[in-house]
Amino acid sequence: MAVADVMIALQSRFPELALSAKPLCILPNGQPGDQVYVRVPVERLMDVMRFLKDDARCQFNFLSDVTCVDYLEYPDADDRFGVTYNLASYPLGHRLFVKVFVNDPEPAVPSVTPIWKGAEWTEREVYDMFGIRFTGHPDLRRILMPPNFVDHPLRKDYPLRGKGEREAFDVLTRESA
Amino acid sequence: MGLKSFDPSSFSLGGDAFGLTRLDYAVDQIKRHGVNWARKHSLWPMPFATACCGIELMAVAASRYDISRFGAEAMRFSPRQCDLLIVAGRVVMKMMPVLQKIYLQMTEPKWVISMGACASSGGVFDTYAVVQGIDQFVPVDVYLPGCPPRPETILEGFMAIQRIVTEHGIVPSAERKGLGLVVTAPPKTNVALGPGLAASIGNN
Repeated sequence: MAVADVMIALQSRFPELALSAKPLCILPNGQPGDQVYVRVPVERLMDVMRFLKDDARCQFNFLSDVTCVDYLEYPDADDRFGVTYNLASYPLGHRLFVKVFVNDPEPAVPSVTPIWKGAEWTEREVYDMFGIRFTGHPDLRRILMPPNFVDHPLRKDYPLRGKGEREAFDVLTRESA
Repeated sequence: MGLKSFDPSSFSLGGDAFGLTRLDYAVDQIKRHGVNWARKHSLWPMPFATACCGIELMAVAASRYDISRFGAEAMRFSPRQCDLLIVAGRVVMKMMPVLQKIYLQMTEPKWVISMGACASSGGVFDTYAVVQGIDQFVPVDVYLPGCPPRPETILEGFMAIQRIVTEHGIVPSAERKGLGLVVTAPPKTNVALGPGLAASIGNN
């Protein structure tokens, strides 16, 4: 299993972090799924990511996705936001998920745009939906919601039907048009 | 029937007046129904298609249902050339100002069709982003039920617009308040293939 080589490389390079691979999901039959994630402390995220990109045993040259999970009121969760990086390696054909956990009130994660340029829009989406600030991002603006939107709608404490934004428009009538 | 046996007195294009040419026929119709008879057969739709309803709208414009039978085949993507706004699909809160600007840019007289469940009520998308019915913010003349409406329903709705045009066409939309708001019923039967076409396609 190619990801096992990646874990050996990671553990030998960062022994002080005590990194371990955990299954990303448990299948309905109780077995762990094939894909694994590594939990990385946010202070060392850039070191780990640079190593994963450049090391000959890792070669994660493709950042497939950046997303986030809000663990508010989730059982057994220690931290609120889990920013998840989906890394793939075209030369070696393996895949690894990297998770960093951040908390209120000012969740901030260093931006990986210096390593993978394609992180720019995915990090903007995470900022738009969850309000995670990516420090060092070249252009951290909203990408999906309108610019005058104030909340971050995928946070668990944001109501499903919104806070009245969808009703806040001028009414055009036949007389006024 | 050969030319020799053609009897002009049996030839009529409709109406009690004896019509010889198409011009006579048109003049006769305008005399009887006013200029709205011409207007209702020359509506120019502005398709505001944001979702799957737009696909059904394309089917209506295609050969099988053929909205050009009703004189509305000239779909234009400039609101300044159009007088019938067809909102086909869900409108999200980021799109609502665009829709309002398009409505304002259309010239009078103008009509609006709210097509499908999403445009009329938000449909199943009861979320923070989707406007729960465009009629909260834009005047609507005809609602089309369906998810998406069948092409026959769209034609029904179009004929409802034609009825509104017949009665109030010249009047600017500000003066025809309370006269719109038609909910079309879906037709009871769907279009069936004729016996010849069904045999040639052979799908039954």
